[in-house]
Amino acid sequence: HLATSLPLPSERDHLRPRIDLVVFMIDIKSKYSLKNVKTSLAHVDASFFLGKVCFLVTGVGRVNACSIETNAICKLGKAYCSPVLFCELELEGIRVATAQRLLRMLQICAGHIPGVSALSFVSLMRNSDDD
Amino acid sequence: MDETVAEYIRRTVLKIPRDEIKMMLQKWGFLSEAQLQTLNFHQMKDNISQEVVQLCEENSADIKQAAVLDIIYNHIYQNKRMWNVYQMKKSGDELEYFDITDFKKKFKGRLQSALKNVTITFKVYEDNAIWIRVAWGTPYKKPNQYKPSYVVYHFRTPYVFISASVLKSNMPLLCQALVVASNYHDICEMELRSHSLKSLKDIVFKRYSQNLQTYCTKPLPGWNVEPENADIRIIHENRSEKERIHRLNEEVFGSGPQPIIEFAQYRLETMFKSDPKMDVLDKKEPFRCLVRFSSPHLLESLKSLAPAGMADAPLSPLLTCIPHKARNYFKIRERKGLFPESFVSP
Repeated sequence: HLATSLPLPSERDHLRPRIDLVVFMIDIKSKYSLKNVKTSLAHVDASFFLGKVCFLVTGVGRVNACSIETNAICKLGKAYCSPVLFCELELEGIRVATAQRLLRMLQICAGHIPGVSALSFVSLMRNSDDD
Repeated sequence: MDETVAEYIRRTVLKIPRDEIKMMLQKWGFLSEAQLQTLNFHQMKDNISQEVVQLCEENSADIKQAAVLDIIYNHIYQNKRMWNVYQMKKSGDELEYFDITDFKKKFKGRLQSALKNVTITFKVYEDNAIWIRVAWGTPYKKPNQYKPSYVVYHFRTPYVFISASVLKSNMPLLCQALVVASNYHDICEMELRSHSLKSLKDIVFKRYSQNLQTYCTKPLPGWNVEPENADIRIIHENRSEKERIHRLNEEVFGSGPQPIIEFAQYRLETMFKSDPKMDVLDKKEPFRCLVRFSSPHLLESLKSLAPAGMADAPLSPLLTCIPHKARNYFKIRERKGLFPESFVSP
């Protein structure tokens, strides 16, 4: 399900399946994008932040067009205890690799991988962030 | 033939792309078809232009004919120049019959009585537009043919499009001559400038597609907003919002192509409003600030802002009013308080 912001329109509530993973996409070239994500975060129930939320930063390939500091995004990730992934959608290889990572995370969050829960996975990822 | 004329013709031909030279010389009509046949258009442009100059020498070209070639070039490559729009005002409401010969005579007379050294050339085109080329000199110097001004006057309208040369001091004289020759009584500069002459004409003659006045009912849910729903596994949650934005955009911008404007400039003369604790600019002076938007096609990019998710719809009327108000230079002053109307100065 693709949405431009949260909350999701209520008229489709009955059509929606259970949500296992929320990926917030931030375009590093647009400050508006970051602002939009920040306001949408307020509409997410706290239980999601136990491993079912992830930030995906796009457009990192175009170094000259960056409008947002990576510092700010990493701080956001830390504040919401959620991993931050960086990618460049315009490069097919990176696009495919990122999709595979997200799919893997989704499988864990949906409970399809025995022995790994969303919470344990996210704490794994967090340990590698903090040096 | 005068050396300066020869050089001017040579340089004018050099400006023309090689594939277009033959067509333009034919349009010019100064060289006969037989003469054109003798030209080899497949050689280097340098050589082509030398040959053209030689042929012009045979026909004893003078600056008047060379100026016509220049007008033809600038008519075809009009988008290379920056055009300003002027509007003339009549005192009465009478529709006077426009006499071209009378106009030319009065225009020439006015300019030449004020400035002896000036080259004036006219060319009338089918869209009721008269193109005027003016090369300016001084009482002591011959006209500079390389920095002329161009005027496009649509004689059934009060609008004049001027591409001034760098020598701006001649503008008042040019405006005066236009007013006198066309039997108007005043001329004023509109705050509208662009490289695209056609777009300027579209704006002032209201030929672009304007916002739909019809209040159509809600569009069908299957209405094609973006054709990216090829994969049915992707569900767009905000479909109705996307449709709302699309509908608003159509209402504001219309569905046709937008006139081409390259920039919009807003000169702010408003007070800086900040947190009083910040103690900035407590002198209460207007904060002088200039905001300039530029783009190869500004209106089209403004139209795509909301659908691209980069701005909220509807857009600020300061941006969307550009074609309706026929201006892209604005001065924004402080709101006077009582009246909540537009505070954009005339």
